[in-house]
Amino acid sequence: MTTTTTTAPVASQPVAQEAVRSALSSRTRPQRPDALSTSFTFWWRAMLKIKHVPEQLFDVTAFPVMFLLMFTYLFGGALAGSTSAYLQNVLPGILVMTVTMITMYTGLTLNRDVEKGVHDRFRSLPIWRPSTLVGPLLADAVRYTLASLVVLTLGVVLGFRPGAGVSGVVASVALLLVFAFSMSWIWTMLGLVMRSENALMGVSMMILFPLTFVSNVFVDPETLPSWLEAFVNVNPITFMVTATRGLMHGQGVGGEIGTVLVVSAVLVAVFGPLTMYVYRNKN
Amino acid sequence: MSLPQVAPQALPVTSASEPAIEASGLVKRFGDVHAVDGMDLAVPAGGVYGLLGPNGAGKTTAIRMLATLLRPDGGTARVFGHDVVSEADAVRSRVSMTGQFASVDEDLTGFENLVLLSRLWGYSRADSRTRAAELLEVFGLADASGRQVKKYSGGMRRRIDIAASIVVTPDLIFLDEPTTGLDPRSRNQVWDIIRALVAEGTTVLLTTQYLDEADQLADHIAVLDHGKVIAKGTSSQLKASVGAGALHVRLLDPDQRPAAERLLAQVLDVPIRLEADPAALSARVSDADRVAQALMELSRSAVVVSNFALGQPSLDEVFLALTGRTAVPQTNGATPKETSA
Repeated sequence: MTTTTTTAPVASQPVAQEAVRSALSSRTRPQRPDALSTSFTFWWRAMLKIKHVPEQLFDVTAFPVMFLLMFTYLFGGALAGSTSAYLQNVLPGILVMTVTMITMYTGLTLNRDVEKGVHDRFRSLPIWRPSTLVGPLLADAVRYTLASLVVLTLGVVLGFRPGAGVSGVVASVALLLVFAFSMSWIWTMLGLVMRSENALMGVSMMILFPLTFVSNVFVDPETLPSWLEAFVNVNPITFMVTATRGLMHGQGVGGEIGTVLVVSAVLVAVFGPLTMYVYRNKN
Repeated sequence: MSLPQVAPQALPVTSASEPAIEASGLVKRFGDVHAVDGMDLAVPAGGVYGLLGPNGAGKTTAIRMLATLLRPDGGTARVFGHDVVSEADAVRSRVSMTGQFASVDEDLTGFENLVLLSRLWGYSRADSRTRAAELLEVFGLADASGRQVKKYSGGMRRRIDIAASIVVTPDLIFLDEPTTGLDPRSRNQVWDIIRALVAEGTTVLLTTQYLDEADQLADHIAVLDHGKVIAKGTSSQLKASVGAGALHVRLLDPDQRPAAERLLAQVLDVPIRLEADPAALSARVSDADRVAQALMELSRSAVVVSNFALGQPSLDEVFLALTGRTAVPQTNGATPKETSA
């Protein structure tokens, strides 16, 4: 691939009729690609966009670092007596919180992207339509993995020691990716429905802040007033956090894992078709 | 205001039994606005069909429905015999669309864009790269293949758009204002590409607000106004329906215009139109002999003519005659999507 240093448009070369005709004369139609292959192609497109605009990875690196440092040192002493003791408990929570927070960018990216004419072209192609949206969601899984790595690496440096070792950590990240992928469908739908990025940002925050903070990420729910505790106990984030803690420290959390998987399935089953409905009917 | 074209360039018209597009009573509303309001269209296969109209006439909305991007609120449309709603996939596999707004990914390079589309059409990875390179070469974009499309000039941008539309040669291509905002040289390049497409048997449905573009390229023209087809036919048929030819006279000295107006009115016996240019006049004439007479009369009375032309009425005049309004082409393409529909 050529790289050019100048940004000025090069003088365009003339278009040769003969050449255009020869490029057209091959009317061979390749086999129509399957859903998996087109989804992968859209995943590749999202990866290319990261390559060209690497700044968009800022959120997956800055957010986790900021959250982890801030909450460990702000609350550690007060809540658990020491920061290193608190870290064992709060890191899995912050991991879940961070990744859940950055799922929001899925909607923002899509909201910006569909406004561009290129989606008209995608929608006029004879392909499995959801692949246009599934591809970027798969690419987001890469971002979520990156964010998880940042949290875990920094955590280990600060003194986090997962009792279940590497396998427990890998299992918990895998579960988190499934959960985040499912959550993303909420944002894809909102990203298509909301007119402006600002409005979308506002709504996303309104949902995410209570959902992530009013959970068991930072404090033991038993210290909360009973009505709040009741909410925390049904919050899917709470199940996700408990499952992550359990997997990382080697405690039995089969029930929580099951709940997380069911919630994920329900999210996809509800918001997947809704998203596609909105996408199909978008002007 | 351009002078009338004497003869539209003839294009090979491939005749085929199956029409490319048959639409009847198409309706699309956006809130209270009837963007397309009962449109009937029959586009034969082969050649260029021009949809001509000012901004807001419903051109873009119409082709978005025909390209299966918008669901009609009423009426039916078939593309190569396939219904655009119930057989959308069959339609999609035979058409391509190049929008008025960039329809490639600005963040990706020209090469990446074409590989992406080749992959989506089902080419293998290696074949996609070959096809992308071939198209870039043919469209004179080989030097810019590794550059992000957002850094392309307007003309290059339009060519990569069209290249992206012919990764697999479509049977019907929608070109939504393909030359809006282009300089004359880039415009000629796009016209060349369109002619090559037609020569290879692709049907082109072109929207334009440039009257001379429809005149130059289109075999058949439908004139759109307020979401309806208000006239259709060949360029010459449309012109003929408005009247005979027109005489355009430009004087050396604008002060002589009143005298010229009087003399012309006398000899030609038709209303004389005073143009915006203070030295120019025009008149619709039916009889060429009288024109010669009139010009002689002017010269005898010492009214100095700097230049004159006699030709068929321009499509501008056609539009004026059909709607009572002039179609003023807006040169900026910055109209928001919703309102330009």
